[in-house]
Amino acid sequence: MPHRAVPQLICPAGSLPALKAAVDHGADAVYIGYRDDTNARNFAGLNFDQKAMVAGIRYAQSRQRKVLMAINTFAQPGRAAAWQRAVDGAADLGVDAVILADIGLLDYASRRHPTLRLHLSVQGSATSYEAVNFAHREFGVQRAVLPRVLTLAQVETVIRNTPVEIEVFGFGSLCVMNEGRCWLSSYATGESPNTVGACSPAKYVKWEKSPGAMSTRLNGILIDRFGDDEAAGYPTLCKGRFEVGGETYYALEEPASLNVLEVLPEIAAIGVAAIKVEGRQRSPTYVAQVTRSLRAALDALASDAQHFQVKAAWQAELARVSEGSQVTLGAYNRPWR
Amino acid sequence: MSEFFSIPRFKLPRLVAAVGAKLPQWPHSLALATALNAAARAGLLPADSVAMLEGRTFVVDVLDAGAHASFTYRGGVFRPLWQLPQDPDLSFSARLSAFLQLLARQEDPDTLFFNRELTIVGDTELGLLIKNMLDAVELPRLPQRPTLPIFRH
Repeated sequence: MPHRAVPQLICPAGSLPALKAAVDHGADAVYIGYRDDTNARNFAGLNFDQKAMVAGIRYAQSRQRKVLMAINTFAQPGRAAAWQRAVDGAADLGVDAVILADIGLLDYASRRHPTLRLHLSVQGSATSYEAVNFAHREFGVQRAVLPRVLTLAQVETVIRNTPVEIEVFGFGSLCVMNEGRCWLSSYATGESPNTVGACSPAKYVKWEKSPGAMSTRLNGILIDRFGDDEAAGYPTLCKGRFEVGGETYYALEEPASLNVLEVLPEIAAIGVAAIKVEGRQRSPTYVAQVTRSLRAALDALASDAQHFQVKAAWQAELARVSEGSQVTLGAYNRPWR
Repeated sequence: MSEFFSIPRFKLPRLVAAVGAKLPQWPHSLALATALNAAARAGLLPADSVAMLEGRTFVVDVLDAGAHASFTYRGGVFRPLWQLPQDPDLSFSARLSAFLQLLARQEDPDTLFFNRELTIVGDTELGLLIKNMLDAVELPRLPQRPTLPIFRH
């Protein structure tokens, strides 16, 4: 079959059934996390205990798929050992790579486990090839996940100037996109992904139903109010509607999901190594739906890049599961530089 | 599962809700509590997560059926509540089709929430815990339809 190289498909798993759904529907790799604040999806009841990890890694690797362990929060004062233990544990489990953000932890992992493959997390916030090359030179990082602030042309510039594989986001909820540097959640609640592994932790969130409307509050702050026919989003400050200059609107970011199907040929052409799906907090159903659509699109691209066309069925399935029920190309096609 | 059949999005006729609301609600509560206990006994629900439900009250409201079920978890057992609690710790409301789609893993709860087909009021963290607990349940696998080989690269 004539085919061209296409990016690997990296899918999220917050549970064993989600991991199996990703593998069964064509993910090349899944990324998972521990049940604690060493990863940025530290939500009640989510993620893998030791038993589920062993089972999940065996399930994926026996089918020639890879497992990546996200240890992508920042070690907190006095507790660095917990993050180091997480890296040691991942190495012992035989994961194919760890996804790290903390410079100190990258240093630890590269010294302690020289054969362990390191990926630089999006939370590491490397937006330039200098930053990516620094991580490569100092810690031997072999892949970097770029934040979702870059245009395609900027992604290409990074790729041309680094030996490091580049991974970009292909689908999933968008936030204000300042990954690893965002403190909006801390502003409202005192807690953020970098510190506790969760943005806008659920214990601060209240949904209030009233006739004809639903209000969202984060730690008492009114973030949004939806009419009964309006699509809702996650309860984060960046997706709230605020009164600015006498107008009430999404002043920071609209609730939407990134979807790169339309630019998939360009993404493959510039040499992106992998595309990542956001959503370890979502259900196995979402993982199956998104993985299935993107796999079909990547396979279509691989087999006949010349005649690649985005199928309506893929778009419909992805639009349905999107936050705010809308999709966008995000920064990839923005005119700004 | 959804490769074999698909639950459509539907709304029961108004009459169903009108009649349903006049019927006694305790059988729903009893049925739901019994089902949850059976799932727990079968080892489907992770023990550490279930333990965190101790003493909390829940209401499940099936809007277009005029039916609700309420229950609590106490002393390791799900127990039906004979009277609707005034201020439950958590309440889920949706139409019957949305609940069925959720149970069949045909739709993702966040999707239903974004689309305003599922409402969650009360302790949000408790809701998240329950959602994640149910997501982690390994459902028995139906026989797979034979699939064509996929050429991988």
